Amino acid sequence: MGEAIFLTLKLAAVTTFFLMLFGVPLAWWLARSERWWKEVIGTIVALPLVLPPTVLGFYLLIALAPQSPLGEAIKALTGFSLPFTFAGLVVGSVIYSLPFAVQPVRNAFEAIGDDPLEAAATLRAGPFDRFFSVALPLARPGLLTGAILGFAHTVGEFGVVLMIGGNIPGETKVLSVAIYDYVETLQWQKAHILAFGMVAFSFAVILSTMLIERHVRRRFP
Amino acid sequence: MKNKSFFVALLVIASAFAATRPSSAETVNVAVAANFTAAAEEIATLFAEETGHEAVLSFGSTGRLYAQILHGAPFSVFLAADQERPRLAAEAGLALADSRFTYALGTLVLFSAEENLFDDGSILERPDDFNRIAIANPASAPYGAAAVETLEALNLYDKLKDRIVQGENITQAFQFVATGNADIGFVALSQVVGEKGGSRWRVPQDLYSPIAQDAVLLKSGADNPAAVSFMAFLKSAAAHKIVQNHGYRTTP
Repeated sequence: MGEAIFLTLKLAAVTTFFLMLFGVPLAWWLARSERWWKEVIGTIVALPLVLPPTVLGFYLLIALAPQSPLGEAIKALTGFSLPFTFAGLVVGSVIYSLPFAVQPVRNAFEAIGDDPLEAAATLRAGPFDRFFSVALPLARPGLLTGAILGFAHTVGEFGVVLMIGGNIPGETKVLSVAIYDYVETLQWQKAHILAFGMVAFSFAVILSTMLIERHVRRRFP
Repeated sequence: MKNKSFFVALLVIASAFAATRPSSAETVNVAVAANFTAAAEEIATLFAEETGHEAVLSFGSTGRLYAQILHGAPFSVFLAADQERPRLAAEAGLALADSRFTYALGTLVLFSAEENLFDDGSILERPDDFNRIAIANPASAPYGAAAVETLEALNLYDKLKDRIVQGENITQAFQFVATGNADIGFVALSQVVGEKGGSRWRVPQDLYSPIAQDAVLLKSGADNPAAVSFMAFLKSAAAHKIVQNHGYRTTP
Protein backbone atom coordinates (compact mmCIF):
# COMPACT_ATOMS: atom_id res chain seq x y z
CA MET A 1 0.00 0.00 0.00
CA GLY A 2 2.84 2.36 0.95
CA GLU A 3 4.59 1.53 -2.30
CA ALA A 4 1.55 2.59 -4.33
CA ILE A 5 1.23 5.87 -2.42
CA PHE A 6 4.93 6.69 -2.85
CA LEU A 7 4.83 5.78 -6.54
CA THR A 8 1.76 7.96 -7.10
CA LEU A 9 3.36 10.98 -5.42
CA LYS A 10 6.56 10.43 -7.39
CA LEU A 11 4.62 10.21 -10.66
CA ALA A 12 2.65 13.36 -9.82
CA ALA A 13 5.80 15.28 -8.86
CA VAL A 14 7.75 14.32 -11.99
CA THR A 15 4.71 14.98 -14.16
CA THR A 16 4.16 18.40 -12.58
CA PHE A 17 7.80 19.30 -13.27
CA PHE A 18 7.40 18.54 -16.98
CA LEU A 19 3.94 20.14 -17.08
CA MET A 20 5.44 23.41 -15.88
CA LEU A 21 8.49 23.08 -18.12
CA PHE A 22 6.39 22.70 -21.28
CA GLY A 23 3.11 24.20 -20.10
CA VAL A 24 4.28 27.67 -19.03
CA PRO A 25 5.92 28.63 -22.35
CA LEU A 26 2.94 27.13 -24.16
CA ALA A 27 0.51 29.14 -22.01
CA TRP A 28 2.58 32.29 -22.62
CA TRP A 29 2.41 31.76 -26.36
CA LEU A 30 -1.34 31.04 -26.23
CA ALA A 31 -1.89 34.20 -24.20
CA ARG A 32 0.27 36.53 -26.27
CA SER A 33 0.22 35.24 -29.84
CA GLU A 34 -1.87 37.07 -32.42
CA ARG A 35 -2.05 34.19 -34.87
CA TRP A 36 -5.53 33.00 -35.65
CA TRP A 37 -4.59 29.31 -35.55
CA LYS A 38 -3.36 29.52 -31.97
CA GLU A 39 -6.86 28.43 -30.92
CA VAL A 40 -6.37 25.24 -32.93
CA ILE A 41 -3.36 24.48 -30.73
CA GLY A 42 -5.38 25.57 -27.69
CA THR A 43 -8.08 23.09 -28.68
CA ILE A 44 -5.60 20.24 -29.05
CA VAL A 45 -4.22 21.04 -25.60
CA ALA A 46 -7.76 21.03 -24.19
CA LEU A 47 -8.81 17.73 -25.82
CA PRO A 48 -7.94 15.52 -22.81
CA LEU A 49 -10.62 17.45 -20.87
CA VAL A 50 -13.37 15.76 -22.85
CA LEU A 51 -11.78 12.60 -24.26
CA PRO A 52 -12.17 9.44 -22.23
CA PRO A 53 -8.73 8.52 -20.82
CA THR A 54 -9.11 5.13 -22.48
CA VAL A 55 -8.98 6.82 -25.91
CA LEU A 56 -5.66 8.40 -25.00
CA GLY A 57 -4.42 5.14 -23.44
CA PHE A 58 -5.43 3.17 -26.50
CA TYR A 59 -3.61 5.50 -28.90
CA LEU A 60 -0.55 5.58 -26.65
CA LEU A 61 -0.52 1.78 -26.52
CA ILE A 62 -0.61 1.60 -30.32
CA ALA A 63 1.77 4.51 -30.93
CA LEU A 64 4.39 3.50 -28.37
CA ALA A 65 4.42 -0.24 -29.19
CA PRO A 66 7.95 -1.46 -30.03
CA GLN A 67 6.89 -2.19 -33.64
CA SER A 68 5.37 1.23 -34.39
CA PRO A 69 7.53 3.93 -36.05
CA LEU A 70 7.42 6.14 -32.95
CA GLY A 71 8.05 3.22 -30.60
CA GLU A 72 10.99 2.10 -32.73
CA ALA A 73 12.49 5.59 -32.69
CA ILE A 74 12.15 5.83 -28.91
CA LYS A 75 13.70 2.39 -28.50
CA ALA A 76 16.62 3.34 -30.75
CA LEU A 77 17.19 6.53 -28.75
CA THR A 78 16.74 5.30 -25.19
CA GLY A 79 17.19 1.54 -25.42
CA PHE A 80 13.81 0.66 -23.98
CA SER A 81 10.14 0.97 -24.94
CA LEU A 82 7.74 3.11 -22.96
CA PRO A 83 4.64 1.01 -22.24
CA PHE A 84 4.73 -0.71 -18.82
CA THR A 85 7.38 1.67 -17.50
CA PHE A 86 7.38 4.63 -15.15
CA ALA A 87 8.66 6.86 -17.97
CA GLY A 88 5.72 5.75 -20.11
CA LEU A 89 3.31 6.79 -17.36
CA VAL A 90 5.00 10.20 -17.15
CA VAL A 91 4.52 10.72 -20.91
CA GLY A 92 0.86 9.70 -20.68
CA SER A 93 0.24 11.83 -17.59
CA VAL A 94 1.83 14.97 -19.05
CA ILE A 95 -0.45 14.77 -22.10
CA TYR A 96 -3.46 13.90 -20.01
CA SER A 97 -3.01 16.66 -17.40
CA LEU A 98 -1.76 19.37 -19.78
CA PRO A 99 -5.03 21.37 -20.00
CA PHE A 100 -5.31 21.48 -16.20
CA ALA A 101 -1.90 23.11 -15.93
CA VAL A 102 -2.01 25.31 -19.06
CA GLN A 103 -5.44 26.90 -18.67
CA PRO A 104 -4.93 28.67 -15.30
CA VAL A 105 -1.47 29.87 -16.37
CA ARG A 106 -2.82 31.18 -19.67
CA ASN A 107 -5.62 33.02 -17.86
CA ALA A 108 -3.10 34.57 -15.51
CA PHE A 109 -0.87 35.75 -18.37
CA GLU A 110 -3.88 37.20 -20.21
CA ALA A 111 -5.00 39.05 -17.07
CA ILE A 112 -1.68 40.91 -16.88
CA GLY A 113 -2.53 42.86 -20.02
CA ASP A 114 -0.14 44.89 -22.16
CA ASP A 115 0.54 47.79 -19.78
CA PRO A 116 3.11 46.31 -17.36
CA LEU A 117 4.96 44.66 -20.23
CA GLU A 118 5.05 47.86 -22.28
CA ALA A 119 6.19 49.80 -19.24
CA ALA A 120 8.99 47.28 -18.79
CA ALA A 121 9.89 47.60 -22.45
CA THR A 122 10.21 51.37 -22.19
CA LEU A 123 12.65 50.75 -19.33
CA ARG A 124 14.68 48.76 -21.85
CA ALA A 125 13.80 45.31 -20.54
CA GLY A 126 14.36 42.69 -23.26
CA PRO A 127 11.77 39.99 -24.06
CA PHE A 128 13.36 37.43 -21.71
CA ASP A 129 13.73 39.96 -18.95
CA ARG A 130 10.09 40.99 -19.38
CA PHE A 131 8.99 37.36 -19.19
CA PHE A 132 11.07 36.41 -16.15
CA SER A 133 10.98 39.67 -14.15
CA VAL A 134 7.48 40.95 -14.94
CA ALA A 135 5.15 38.29 -16.39
CA LEU A 136 6.15 35.30 -14.24
CA PRO A 137 5.97 37.12 -10.85
CA LEU A 138 2.61 38.70 -11.76
CA ALA A 139 1.23 35.31 -12.86
CA ARG A 140 2.34 33.57 -9.66
CA PRO A 141 -1.16 32.64 -8.43
CA GLY A 142 -1.98 31.15 -11.84
CA LEU A 143 1.26 29.18 -11.83
CA LEU A 144 0.47 27.84 -8.38
CA THR A 145 -3.08 26.87 -9.36
CA GLY A 146 -1.85 25.20 -12.54
CA ALA A 147 0.79 23.22 -10.68
CA ILE A 148 -1.64 22.13 -7.97
CA LEU A 149 -4.33 21.07 -10.45
CA GLY A 150 -1.81 19.26 -12.66
CA PHE A 151 -0.43 17.43 -9.63
CA ALA A 152 -3.86 16.52 -8.30
CA HIS A 153 -5.18 15.40 -11.65
CA THR A 154 -2.20 13.08 -12.08
CA VAL A 155 -2.79 11.58 -8.65
CA GLY A 156 -6.35 10.79 -9.70
CA GLU A 157 -5.45 9.36 -13.08
CA PHE A 158 -6.76 5.90 -13.86
CA GLY A 159 -7.71 5.11 -17.45
CA VAL A 160 -4.41 5.91 -19.11
CA VAL A 161 -2.45 4.05 -16.44
CA LEU A 162 -4.72 1.03 -16.75
CA MET A 163 -4.19 0.92 -20.51
CA ILE A 164 -0.41 1.33 -20.68
CA GLY A 165 0.70 0.46 -17.13
CA GLY A 166 0.55 -3.31 -16.82
CA ASN A 167 0.01 -3.16 -13.04
CA ILE A 168 3.65 -3.64 -12.00
CA PRO A 169 4.19 -3.00 -8.26
CA GLY A 170 6.69 -0.19 -7.67
CA GLU A 171 6.80 0.71 -11.36
CA THR A 172 3.29 1.35 -12.66
CA LYS A 173 0.87 0.25 -9.92
CA VAL A 174 -0.40 3.64 -8.76
CA LEU A 175 -3.05 4.41 -6.14
CA SER A 176 -6.12 4.41 -8.36
CA VAL A 177 -5.15 1.04 -9.83
CA ALA A 178 -4.41 -0.34 -6.35
CA ILE A 179 -7.89 0.72 -5.20
CA TYR A 180 -9.43 -0.96 -8.24
CA ASP A 181 -7.47 -4.14 -7.47
CA TYR A 182 -8.53 -4.17 -3.83
CA VAL A 183 -12.18 -3.80 -4.83
CA GLU A 184 -11.89 -6.60 -7.38
CA THR A 185 -10.28 -8.97 -4.92
CA LEU A 186 -12.82 -8.11 -2.21
CA GLN A 187 -10.29 -6.42 0.12
CA TRP A 188 -12.65 -3.58 0.85
CA GLN A 189 -11.03 -2.58 4.11
CA LYS A 190 -7.87 -1.56 2.25
CA ALA A 191 -9.89 -0.05 -0.59
CA HIS A 192 -11.73 2.09 1.96
CA ILE A 193 -8.52 3.40 3.51
CA LEU A 194 -7.04 4.45 0.17
CA ALA A 195 -10.32 5.74 -1.24
CA PHE A 196 -11.01 7.89 1.78
CA GLY A 197 -7.47 9.21 1.62
CA MET A 198 -8.11 10.26 -1.97
CA VAL A 199 -11.33 12.06 -1.03
CA ALA A 200 -9.58 13.97 1.75
CA PHE A 201 -6.65 14.81 -0.53
CA SER A 202 -8.90 16.05 -3.35
CA PHE A 203 -10.90 18.16 -0.91
CA ALA A 204 -7.72 19.78 0.40
CA VAL A 205 -6.50 20.48 -3.13
CA ILE A 206 -9.68 22.12 -4.39
CA LEU A 207 -10.10 24.12 -1.20
CA SER A 208 -6.53 25.40 -1.41
CA THR A 209 -6.95 26.54 -5.03
CA MET A 210 -10.12 28.38 -4.07
CA LEU A 211 -8.37 30.05 -1.14
CA ILE A 212 -5.51 31.10 -3.40
CA GLU A 213 -7.98 32.66 -5.81
CA ARG A 214 -9.77 34.51 -3.02
CA HIS A 215 -6.50 35.74 -1.63
CA VAL A 216 -5.54 37.04 -5.07
CA ARG A 217 -8.87 38.77 -5.61
CA ARG A 218 -8.52 40.54 -2.27
CA ARG A 219 -5.05 41.77 -3.10
CA PHE A 220 -5.83 42.87 -6.64
CA PRO A 221 -9.49 43.85 -6.63
CA MET B 1 -44.82 24.85 -36.19
CA LYS B 2 -41.40 23.60 -37.11
CA ASN B 3 -40.93 22.29 -33.59
CA LYS B 4 -44.19 20.44 -33.67
CA SER B 5 -43.39 18.52 -36.84
CA PHE B 6 -40.03 17.65 -35.34
CA PHE B 7 -41.69 16.01 -32.36
CA VAL B 8 -44.16 14.19 -34.60
CA ALA B 9 -41.25 12.79 -36.57
CA LEU B 10 -39.54 11.77 -33.34
CA LEU B 11 -42.70 9.99 -32.19
CA VAL B 12 -43.00 8.11 -35.47
CA ILE B 13 -39.38 6.97 -35.23
CA ALA B 14 -39.78 5.93 -31.61
CA SER B 15 -42.92 3.90 -32.29
CA ALA B 16 -41.23 2.22 -35.23
CA PHE B 17 -38.50 1.00 -32.90
CA ALA B 18 -41.03 -0.11 -30.32
CA ALA B 19 -42.93 -2.09 -32.93
CA THR B 20 -39.90 -4.19 -33.85
CA ARG B 21 -39.82 -5.84 -30.41
CA PRO B 22 -41.78 -9.10 -30.16
CA SER B 23 -44.47 -8.68 -27.55
CA SER B 24 -43.84 -11.86 -25.51
CA ALA B 25 -40.07 -11.56 -25.47
CA GLU B 26 -38.21 -10.90 -22.25
CA THR B 27 -34.75 -9.59 -21.68
CA VAL B 28 -32.06 -11.17 -19.54
CA ASN B 29 -28.97 -9.29 -18.41
CA VAL B 30 -25.99 -11.59 -18.30
CA ALA B 31 -22.66 -10.84 -16.60
CA VAL B 32 -19.98 -12.63 -18.64
CA ALA B 33 -16.34 -13.28 -17.75
CA ALA B 34 -14.13 -11.58 -20.32
CA ASN B 35 -12.56 -14.80 -21.67
CA PHE B 36 -15.99 -16.08 -22.72
CA THR B 37 -16.85 -12.97 -24.76
CA ALA B 38 -16.87 -14.44 -28.28
CA ALA B 39 -18.64 -17.66 -27.31
CA ALA B 40 -21.26 -15.78 -25.29
CA GLU B 41 -22.05 -13.49 -28.20
CA GLU B 42 -22.64 -16.47 -30.47
CA ILE B 43 -24.75 -18.21 -27.86
CA ALA B 44 -26.81 -15.05 -27.31
CA THR B 45 -27.54 -14.80 -31.04
CA LEU B 46 -28.66 -18.42 -31.25
CA PHE B 47 -30.61 -18.01 -28.00
CA ALA B 48 -32.53 -15.07 -29.50
CA GLU B 49 -33.28 -17.04 -32.68
CA GLU B 50 -34.51 -20.11 -30.83
CA THR B 51 -36.44 -18.56 -27.94
CA GLY B 52 -37.23 -14.98 -28.99
CA HIS B 53 -35.76 -13.74 -25.73
CA GLU B 54 -32.96 -11.24 -25.75
CA ALA B 55 -29.74 -11.71 -23.78
CA VAL B 56 -27.92 -8.46 -23.01
CA LEU B 57 -24.27 -9.22 -22.26
CA SER B 58 -21.91 -7.28 -19.97
CA PHE B 59 -18.25 -8.29 -20.03
CA GLY B 60 -15.59 -7.85 -17.37
CA SER B 61 -13.22 -9.68 -15.09
CA THR B 62 -14.93 -12.14 -12.77
CA GLY B 63 -13.78 -10.18 -9.72
CA ARG B 64 -15.23 -6.89 -10.93
CA LEU B 65 -18.51 -8.45 -12.02
CA TYR B 66 -18.83 -10.17 -8.65
CA ALA B 67 -18.21 -6.91 -6.78
CA GLN B 68 -20.90 -5.26 -8.92
CA ILE B 69 -23.39 -8.08 -8.30
CA LEU B 70 -22.76 -7.79 -4.58
CA HIS B 71 -23.81 -4.15 -4.85
CA GLY B 72 -27.02 -4.65 -6.71
CA ALA B 73 -25.98 -4.67 -10.37
CA PRO B 74 -29.05 -5.63 -12.42
CA PHE B 75 -27.77 -8.99 -13.69
CA SER B 76 -29.90 -12.13 -13.76
CA VAL B 77 -27.27 -14.67 -14.83
CA PHE B 78 -23.59 -14.78 -13.91
CA LEU B 79 -21.14 -16.61 -16.18
CA ALA B 80 -17.94 -16.54 -14.12
CA ALA B 81 -14.43 -17.65 -15.01
CA ASP B 82 -14.13 -19.65 -11.80
CA GLN B 83 -16.19 -21.66 -9.34
CA GLU B 84 -15.49 -19.56 -6.30
CA ARG B 85 -17.37 -16.37 -7.19
CA PRO B 86 -20.65 -18.12 -8.12
CA ARG B 87 -20.38 -20.15 -4.91
CA LEU B 88 -19.79 -16.97 -2.87
CA ALA B 89 -22.75 -15.32 -4.57
CA ALA B 90 -24.97 -18.22 -3.53
CA GLU B 91 -23.59 -18.10 0.02
CA ALA B 92 -24.34 -14.39 0.21
CA GLY B 93 -27.93 -15.17 -0.71
CA LEU B 94 -27.70 -13.44 -4.07
CA ALA B 95 -27.89 -16.57 -6.23
CA LEU B 96 -29.73 -19.88 -6.29
CA ALA B 97 -27.18 -22.45 -5.07
CA ASP B 98 -28.75 -25.42 -6.87
CA SER B 99 -28.66 -23.61 -10.23
CA ARG B 100 -24.85 -23.62 -10.26
CA PHE B 101 -23.10 -25.77 -12.88
CA THR B 102 -19.88 -25.82 -14.90
CA TYR B 103 -20.58 -24.51 -18.38
CA ALA B 104 -17.02 -24.56 -19.70
CA LEU B 105 -13.50 -25.71 -18.86
CA GLY B 106 -10.87 -23.29 -20.05
CA THR B 107 -7.51 -23.98 -21.66
CA LEU B 108 -4.43 -21.83 -21.15
CA VAL B 109 -2.14 -21.04 -24.09
CA LEU B 110 1.11 -19.18 -24.42
CA PHE B 111 0.67 -16.87 -27.38
CA SER B 112 2.71 -14.43 -29.45
CA ALA B 113 1.68 -12.26 -32.37
CA GLU B 114 5.05 -13.04 -33.91
CA GLU B 115 5.24 -15.91 -36.40
CA ASN B 116 7.46 -18.94 -35.64
CA LEU B 117 8.70 -17.58 -32.32
CA PHE B 118 8.03 -20.88 -30.55
CA ASP B 119 5.93 -24.00 -30.67
CA ASP B 120 6.60 -25.30 -27.17
CA GLY B 121 7.26 -23.93 -23.69
CA SER B 122 11.04 -23.89 -24.02
CA ILE B 123 10.89 -20.21 -25.05
CA LEU B 124 10.30 -19.47 -21.35
CA GLU B 125 13.80 -20.76 -20.62
CA ARG B 126 15.31 -18.34 -23.15
CA PRO B 127 14.52 -14.93 -21.64
CA ASP B 128 16.63 -13.18 -24.28
CA ASP B 129 14.08 -14.12 -26.94
CA PHE B 130 11.25 -12.01 -25.53
CA ASN B 131 10.71 -8.72 -23.69
CA ARG B 132 7.71 -9.20 -21.44
CA ILE B 133 5.10 -11.77 -20.50
CA ALA B 134 1.52 -10.55 -20.32
CA ILE B 135 -0.86 -12.32 -17.96
CA ALA B 136 -4.26 -11.47 -16.50
CA ASN B 137 -4.29 -10.15 -12.92
CA PRO B 138 -3.77 -13.38 -10.92
CA ALA B 139 -5.60 -11.97 -7.90
CA SER B 140 -8.88 -11.48 -9.72
CA ALA B 141 -8.75 -13.49 -12.96
CA PRO B 142 -8.49 -17.30 -12.95
CA TYR B 143 -6.47 -17.39 -16.17
CA GLY B 144 -3.93 -15.13 -14.50
CA ALA B 145 -3.74 -17.46 -11.50
CA ALA B 146 -3.32 -20.42 -13.87
CA ALA B 147 -0.47 -18.60 -15.64
CA VAL B 148 1.35 -18.05 -12.34
CA GLU B 149 0.74 -21.69 -11.39
CA THR B 150 2.24 -22.79 -14.70
CA LEU B 151 5.36 -20.66 -14.25
CA GLU B 152 5.73 -22.01 -10.71
CA ALA B 153 5.32 -25.60 -11.90
CA LEU B 154 8.10 -24.96 -14.41
CA ASN B 155 10.28 -23.42 -11.66
CA LEU B 156 10.51 -20.22 -13.70
CA TYR B 157 8.33 -17.85 -11.72
CA ASP B 158 11.07 -16.24 -9.63
CA LYS B 159 13.30 -15.88 -12.66
CA LEU B 160 10.62 -14.29 -14.85
CA LYS B 161 8.70 -12.36 -12.18
CA ASP B 162 10.14 -9.03 -13.26
CA ARG B 163 9.09 -9.60 -16.86
CA ILE B 164 5.42 -9.99 -16.04
CA VAL B 165 2.91 -7.29 -16.95
CA GLN B 166 -0.68 -7.66 -15.85
CA GLY B 167 -3.82 -6.90 -17.77
CA GLU B 168 -6.89 -6.03 -15.76
CA ASN B 169 -8.51 -9.12 -17.26
CA ILE B 170 -7.62 -11.74 -19.85
CA THR B 171 -8.88 -9.53 -22.70
CA GLN B 172 -6.39 -6.82 -21.80
CA ALA B 173 -3.58 -9.37 -21.44
CA PHE B 174 -4.36 -10.53 -24.98
CA GLN B 175 -4.44 -6.90 -26.16
CA PHE B 176 -0.92 -6.34 -24.79
CA VAL B 177 0.29 -9.31 -26.84
CA ALA B 178 -1.73 -8.50 -29.96
CA THR B 179 -0.39 -4.93 -30.12
CA GLY B 180 3.16 -6.27 -29.72
CA ASN B 181 3.76 -4.40 -26.47
CA ALA B 182 4.43 -7.76 -24.84
CA ASP B 183 6.17 -10.36 -26.99
CA ILE B 184 4.47 -13.30 -25.33
CA GLY B 185 1.55 -13.81 -22.99
CA PHE B 186 -0.61 -16.40 -21.31
CA VAL B 187 -4.13 -16.08 -22.68
CA ALA B 188 -7.23 -18.22 -23.05
CA LEU B 189 -7.32 -20.65 -25.97
CA SER B 190 -10.77 -19.24 -26.71
CA GLN B 191 -9.20 -15.89 -27.59
CA VAL B 192 -6.77 -17.24 -30.18
CA VAL B 193 -8.88 -20.03 -31.68
CA GLY B 194 -10.02 -17.72 -34.48
CA GLU B 195 -6.66 -15.97 -34.84
CA LYS B 196 -4.58 -16.95 -37.85
CA GLY B 197 -0.81 -16.76 -37.56
CA GLY B 198 1.28 -16.02 -34.50
CA SER B 199 2.92 -18.61 -32.29
CA ARG B 200 1.14 -20.68 -29.69
CA TRP B 201 1.80 -23.38 -27.15
CA ARG B 202 -1.09 -25.14 -25.50
CA VAL B 203 -0.03 -25.44 -21.85
CA PRO B 204 -0.24 -29.07 -20.67
CA GLN B 205 -3.16 -29.56 -18.31
CA ASP B 206 -0.95 -31.02 -15.56
CA LEU B 207 0.84 -27.68 -15.06
CA TYR B 208 -2.19 -25.82 -13.72
CA SER B 209 -5.43 -26.65 -11.91
CA PRO B 210 -8.46 -26.97 -14.17
CA ILE B 211 -10.13 -23.66 -15.00
CA ALA B 212 -13.71 -24.69 -14.34
CA GLN B 213 -16.09 -21.86 -15.20
CA ASP B 214 -19.40 -21.90 -13.37
CA ALA B 215 -22.71 -20.29 -14.23
CA VAL B 216 -25.31 -19.39 -11.63
CA LEU B 217 -28.82 -17.98 -11.72
CA LEU B 218 -29.02 -14.83 -9.64
CA LYS B 219 -31.94 -14.13 -7.29
CA SER B 220 -33.20 -11.28 -9.43
CA GLY B 221 -33.49 -13.68 -12.38
CA ALA B 222 -35.48 -16.37 -10.60
CA ASP B 223 -38.81 -14.97 -11.81
CA ASN B 224 -37.54 -13.98 -15.24
CA PRO B 225 -38.49 -16.58 -17.89
CA ALA B 226 -35.68 -15.35 -20.14
CA ALA B 227 -33.08 -15.91 -17.40
CA VAL B 228 -34.34 -19.41 -16.57
CA SER B 229 -34.47 -20.27 -20.24
CA PHE B 230 -30.94 -18.91 -20.82
CA MET B 231 -29.57 -21.19 -18.06
CA ALA B 232 -31.30 -24.18 -19.70
CA PHE B 233 -30.06 -23.15 -23.12
CA LEU B 234 -26.44 -23.17 -21.87
CA LYS B 235 -26.82 -26.91 -21.19
CA SER B 236 -28.20 -27.68 -24.67
CA ALA B 237 -26.21 -29.54 -27.31
CA ALA B 238 -26.29 -26.50 -29.57
CA ALA B 239 -24.68 -24.33 -26.89
CA HIS B 240 -22.13 -27.04 -26.05
CA LYS B 241 -21.06 -27.11 -29.66
CA ILE B 242 -20.44 -23.35 -29.68
CA VAL B 243 -18.53 -23.60 -26.40
CA GLN B 244 -16.29 -26.37 -27.79
CA ASN B 245 -15.71 -24.51 -31.05
CA HIS B 246 -14.29 -21.69 -29.00
CA GLY B 247 -11.58 -23.81 -27.42
CA TYR B 248 -13.27 -25.00 -24.22
CA ARG B 249 -14.16 -28.44 -23.00
CA THR B 250 -17.62 -29.02 -21.61
CA THR B 251 -16.78 -32.19 -19.65
CA PRO B 252 -13.67 -32.74 -17.52
